[in-house]
Amino acid sequence: MTAGLKHLLGIEPLTPDQITAILDLADSYVDLNKRQIKRTDTLAGRTQINMFFENSTRTQASFELAGKRLGADVMNMAMQASSIKKGETLIDTALTLNAMHPDLLVVRHPNSGAVDLLAQKVNCAVLNAGDGRHEHPTQALLDALTIRRAKGRLHRLSVAICGDIAHSRVARSNLILLGKMENRIRLVGPSTLMPSGIADLGCEVYHDMEEGLKDVDVVMMLRLQKERMDGGFIPSEREYYHRYGLDAAKLARAKKDAIVMHPGPMNRGVEIDGDIADDIHRSVIQEQVEMGVAVRMAAMDLLMQGRAAKSKEVWV
Amino acid sequence: MSTLFKNARLIDPAQGTETLGELRIDDGKITAPGPADTVIDCGGKCLAPGIVDVGVKVCEPGERHKESFKSAGLSAAAGGVTTIVTRPDTIPAIDSPETLSFAMKRAADVCAVKVRAMATLTKNRAGQEMAEIGFLQDAGAVAFTDCDSVVTKTKVLNRALGYVQQLGGLVVAHPQDPGLSDGAAVTSGKFATLRGLSGVSPMAERMGLERDLALVEMTGVAYHADQITTEGALGALRAAKEKGLNVTAGTSVHHVTLNEFDVADYRTFFKVKPPLRSEDDRMAIAHAIADGTIDIISSMHTPQDEESKRLPFEEAASGAVGLETLLPASLRLVHSGIMDLPTLFRALSHNPAERFGLEGGTLSEGHAADLVLFDPDAPFILDRTKLHSKCKNTPFDGQRMQGRVLGTWVAGQRVFEK
Repeated sequence: MTAGLKHLLGIEPLTPDQITAILDLADSYVDLNKRQIKRTDTLAGRTQINMFFENSTRTQASFELAGKRLGADVMNMAMQASSIKKGETLIDTALTLNAMHPDLLVVRHPNSGAVDLLAQKVNCAVLNAGDGRHEHPTQALLDALTIRRAKGRLHRLSVAICGDIAHSRVARSNLILLGKMENRIRLVGPSTLMPSGIADLGCEVYHDMEEGLKDVDVVMMLRLQKERMDGGFIPSEREYYHRYGLDAAKLARAKKDAIVMHPGPMNRGVEIDGDIADDIHRSVIQEQVEMGVAVRMAAMDLLMQGRAAKSKEVWV
Repeated sequence: MSTLFKNARLIDPAQGTETLGELRIDDGKITAPGPADTVIDCGGKCLAPGIVDVGVKVCEPGERHKESFKSAGLSAAAGGVTTIVTRPDTIPAIDSPETLSFAMKRAADVCAVKVRAMATLTKNRAGQEMAEIGFLQDAGAVAFTDCDSVVTKTKVLNRALGYVQQLGGLVVAHPQDPGLSDGAAVTSGKFATLRGLSGVSPMAERMGLERDLALVEMTGVAYHADQITTEGALGALRAAKEKGLNVTAGTSVHHVTLNEFDVADYRTFFKVKPPLRSEDDRMAIAHAIADGTIDIISSMHTPQDEESKRLPFEEAASGAVGLETLLPASLRLVHSGIMDLPTLFRALSHNPAERFGLEGGTLSEGHAADLVLFDPDAPFILDRTKLHSKCKNTPFDGQRMQGRVLGTWVAGQRVFEK
C-alpha cells in the first residue's frame, strides 16, 4: 500500500493506511537510533540533495542525519546563496540538479506550492520539507508518532492546536493528519491568526484559550512566526503571552495527563512558559526532535522502495 | 462588392431578437436585402454583430514577444472579435499622445480587426498626477484607465474624474481596495487556507466600488467598472444605477465560467486579477449579466509567457489570454440556460459598442458590417497550442467547449474563415 509512493508532498494525498505504515516503520528506526551503531545501508549508493530555499537549522540537520544513517550520500545546498540570487528560476534550478541524477530531493521553499511545481519537473523522488504556508508533512508525521507513543493510540483523542494558525504549515498538515486518523481538533488563537474558512475544515475554533484547552489530551503549541507577519496581527508580545501563552494556569484546564508539544524553535515567554517547556512529565518537545529523525528515515526509505517498485515495473 | 448571407439565424442584440432570415452587406455597411455579388448560405448557423472586446492587452509597445498587434489581430479574428479596445498598461504606459499615436500606427498597419485605444488616467499609472487627458482624447483615446492599478490618493482621483467629466470622457476603473488585497493571490476562504495561499476577502471589491461611486456622484463623470466579480458588489452597483449615476460595469468571461477551485494544485494559468471567486459569486454575476445589472463581458485578454507563469503560484504573473476563447466560453452561459443568445450578444457586442462610442453591436441597416458567423453547438476540445496569440496561457486548455466561429467580417471584409 505504500509501494508506488512517488513523492511526499503533503499529508493531503496520503491514506490513513499509508500514514500508519510510515509510523510503523519509523518505530523501528527509533530503536535503531538508540543503538551504538546507528547506520544501515538501506539507501547505500543513493544520492540525497537537501535544497533549502528558506533558512533552517533543525529540519535540515534532521534530514541530513536521517539520510546519513540510512547510508545515503547527502549533499546540502544553501539555496539562498546560490544562483536563485542570480535570477535563475526554480524550474531551471530543478532541471540542473535533475541532470546530476539524484535519487531524492528534500526541498523547503517560502512559496506555497513551489515544491509541487518542482516535483513536476524532476524524475527523482521529492520530499516536501515545508512549502510556504501549505504543508510540512514530516513534521505532522513526527508529531503523530510522538502522540502515538505517548498516548498509546492515534485516534479518538482531543487535540488543541494553539497560536499562530494562519502562518503555520505545521498546523495545516497536523489538522489534515489528525483529521484523517479520526481525532477531535480544536484550534485556539486570536481571530487575526486564524485563516479564513478554517471552521469549514472540520475543527472547532476557540478564541478563549482556557475554554479551548478544557479536557484535551494533547496541547500543541505553535511558534509565533514573527518573520511572516506583514502587518499588526497582535497588539504586543506581552498581551499575546497573557492571553495565549501556555502557562501552568491554562494547562491546568487540560486533562491531567495531557502532553505539551511544540515544533520548535520556541519563543519562551511569548507562546510558552519556560517551566512548562522543561517539565519532563508534561513536555514531549525533546521526543518530537528524536521522532523527527526516525520519521524522516522511514519516509525516505518508503519513497525509495516506491521508486524501486516502479522502476521494476518499467524495466522488467 | 456586396455579399448576401442567406438562411442565417440572425442574432440582433440591439433589437433583442433572434430570427431566421437574410442579411446583405455592401461597401462595408449593412444594407436592405436584395441581390448580391456573393451569396453565402449560412446553413442555419448564427450571424451576429462582431464582438467588441474591451480591455485587451496588446503588449506593444514594450513586450512584443508576448503579443503584437498582428498576433492579437489574428487571434481576435479567429475569436469573432471585430473591435478590440486596448489597455494602456504597456511598457511604457500609454500616457502621452506620442505613445498613443505609435500604438495606433502599428495597429493600423498590421491588425486584422478594428483597434481603439484607452489611455491612462494618471501619468505612468502611478496615481500621482493626471495624464494629458485632453491631448490623449484628441489623439483618439476612447476611455481613461489606470487598469489594475488603483488610484489610492482620493484627491488625485477626484480631480482626474472631474477633468474627464468636463471633456465628456469615460473613465474605466478597477474596483478594489488595494490596502486589503495587497499581496493576495486567491480569494480568501477554505480553498486559500488549504493551499496556504494568501487571500483577499471578496469584500475588497465592494469597498473599492463604493468609494469610486461616491466620487462619481460628486463629479458626475461617466464611469465603467472593468470587472465586477462578487455578489457583494452588485448591491452597490444596482443602487448607483437606480440613483441615475452614469455607471456601467463589466466582468471577465473567466469569472463567469470558472471558480476558485479550478486553481486546484497551483495551476498558474488560473491566476487572474481579481482572483477567481466562489461558485455563489460566479452564479450571481452570471445572472446579473442576464438581468442587465452587468453590462459587458470581456475577455480581459492578458498574454503572459511561460517565464512569467511557470513559477510558484504567488510569484507567477496574473492574467489569461481570451480573445479566441471568449465566444465559446461565454456560450456556456447560453447552454446552461442562464440567458439567450441576443442577451449574450448584448453584453459581448451591443453594450460595449454603445458605451465606448464605437461602430457595431447591431444588425440594423446603415451600420458597419462587422459580423461573426458561428455554430453555437459545435463541440471541440481546446488545444492551447493552436491559439493564434503569441502566448498560450489559457485556463481552458484541454477543456470541452461548445461553439465555434466559422467566419469573421470587419467592415465587410472577411478576416477569418474556418
